[in-house]
Amino acid sequence: MDRFTTLRSAAVPFARDNIDTDQILPARFLHMPRDGDHGACLFRDLRCAADGAEVPDFPLNRAGWRDARIAIGGRNFACGSSRENAVWALQGAGIRAVIAPSFGDIFAINCVKNGVLPVVLPAEAVASLVAEAEARPGAEITVDLEAQTVTGADGTVHPFEIDPFTRHCLLEGVDELAFTLSHEEDIAAFERRMGRENS
Amino acid sequence: MPPEDADAPRTMFEKIWDRHRVLERPDGQVLLYVDRHLIHDGSEPAFEMLRRRGLKPRAPERIFGTPDHYVPTDTRDVAAIPDPALRAMVETLERNAAEHGIRLFGLQDEGQGIVHVIGPEQGLSQPGLLMVCPDSHTSTHGALGALAFGIGMTEVAHVLATQTLWQRKPATMRITVDGELGAGVTAKDVILHIIATIGGAGAAGHVIEYAGSAIRRLSMEGRLTLCNMSIEAGGRAGMVAPDETTFAYLKGRPYAPQGAEWDRAVARWRALPSDPGARFDREVAIDAAAIAPTVTWGNSPQDAIAADGHIPDPAEEPDPERRAAMADAFAYMGLAPGMPVDALRIDRVFIGSCTNGRIEDLRAAAAIARGRRVADGVTAWVVPGSAPVKRQAEAEGLDRIFTAAGFAWREAGCSMCLGTNGEIAAPGERVAATSNRNFRGRQGPGVRTHLMSPAMAAAAAVSGHIVDVRRLAGN
Ligand code: SF4
Repeated sequence: MDRFTTLRSAAVPFARDNIDTDQILPARFLHMPRDGDHGACLFRDLRCAADGAEVPDFPLNRAGWRDARIAIGGRNFACGSSRENAVWALQGAGIRAVIAPSFGDIFAINCVKNGVLPVVLPAEAVASLVAEAEARPGAEITVDLEAQTVTGADGTVHPFEIDPFTRHCLLEGVDELAFTLSHEEDIAAFERRMGRENS
Repeated sequence: MPPEDADAPRTMFEKIWDRHRVLERPDGQVLLYVDRHLIHDGSEPAFEMLRRRGLKPRAPERIFGTPDHYVPTDTRDVAAIPDPALRAMVETLERNAAEHGIRLFGLQDEGQGIVHVIGPEQGLSQPGLLMVCPDSHTSTHGALGALAFGIGMTEVAHVLATQTLWQRKPATMRITVDGELGAGVTAKDVILHIIATIGGAGAAGHVIEYAGSAIRRLSMEGRLTLCNMSIEAGGRAGMVAPDETTFAYLKGRPYAPQGAEWDRAVARWRALPSDPGARFDREVAIDAAAIAPTVTWGNSPQDAIAADGHIPDPAEEPDPERRAAMADAFAYMGLAPGMPVDALRIDRVFIGSCTNGRIEDLRAAAAIARGRRVADGVTAWVVPGSAPVKRQAEAEGLDRIFTAAGFAWREAGCSMCLGTNGEIAAPGERVAATSNRNFRGRQGPGVRTHLMSPAMAAAAAVSGHIVDVRRLAGN
């Protein structure tokens, strides 16, 4: 897993509430292998018309946001389907941090497991970041995981919370599986205990 | 690990959570032991992650798989699947299962079906178990009093390798539905009404326990429908306390405990319901009598209204963000403000999915279809949730009722719920569907989905437009 420390980039806004993972990565791309080009399918049906032509005013097609590495979402961002492919699509398009007032539970978990940072900020802070981005598409903001802050293009600093273990995993680029495997004996002990209780 | 205060009244969720704690991390996340791990034909990336690390499934006897998402519903022959990409999904699942000794309900197996239909049907889903599956509708299994939730692929790999999962303890919410459900009102209407009431993120971060007299009276099929759509309210899981309905449903199923084991299990299960005085973080009360046959109009399951009602007028919506979202939905769905919802003509009907593809659902749809004809220009499909549901329906003659009325009778699978098997509608088509998501493009790019109960979908099929089932029933 790639480490996440500090990221400075344009921030592309998808400001609607309840954007679901079916929008982020439409179902017909779900069978692609993990190393397929998920990034090319990000928001495919909103970004492109049926004939494949780009929809000019969709945020990802606008000059300042094509190479954005940070996304901003509305409330309940990425709700719905548990498809981790939605994270792979964001990641494949270069996005490493997503800021929103709230996330679909499973999506936020999936982000962290892939080294993508989900940042929860109060709705007003998100609204001001969206307004700034729309006023100056391409203006850069900074997400600093060490300091747990988002710094807007206008210099406003928004602190955010994240649980320490998740922060540690992201900062160091370590994944949970190795940590859990080091506790194999605890799992085996649990299994022995459970076998006794259920018989 | 005993809970901090073993004598305090606990919710059913807390009892199951406590019983599955292996370890706790300093940040409060808990390592939970997984009793049953369900997988499907989209689970290959997790096996790939395992292979790359040189790991193997820790407890293959706890894993059960079935092909459902990618299988066409016009054949049971893997070799006959025309699209090589889809065929490969099914073959890879077969290979992974064979290699690791995982019980597979394959395409030719008499138990095959949608993963959330076969779990309860086989007796794999039981009270008190902790179950996961890489699909957000895993909440379905909570209808039997299990704690069951959907997980992502990296988490699947973690469960495969360790049989455990790290979780932060969710909050609890009890939704109590008291009173009598009216004529034509089903579990599907109840859950759509609940989601419209609390919102699509109304239960975010919470495990829901459904309670109250109207829930107690629901059949197991109804409870499965109810718990299935918990995720559409943002819930982590949905649960119903086990009772005589649960035990009667489970008894004698292939994976249910047998003999003396059964009696011991029932004794354990009787201690599972939430203790009197157990505290929930949130309580919601719903009046059963206020629920009508319900249908969705927009692109979120929360956009649900009574089937005899009118589509709202965005101009009357005070919140500008919500107003803009409604305008998007109106454009996509081809709606006019204030129009009666039953004026909407439909092109297709899909009866099936893990929400409403069980035998009772097909019986309810057949009761409407009997002696009627699918309206001209409408394509209507019935896709049983599993092979056993299909056999049962055929034994009861439901297939003949459907085909005589002009419905297509298909093999079991997810089909048009998600369309990953290629079964989708055409752009601009309007679909009456018994599945769980009306998201933009869910049933194909440009497709307009309206969610409803099986009886309502059958009524739409024979009427050619959305209609309140109460106008047909009993004719
Ligand atoms: S029927 Fe639909 S919701 Fe259910 S498992 Fe299949 S795709 Fe998922």
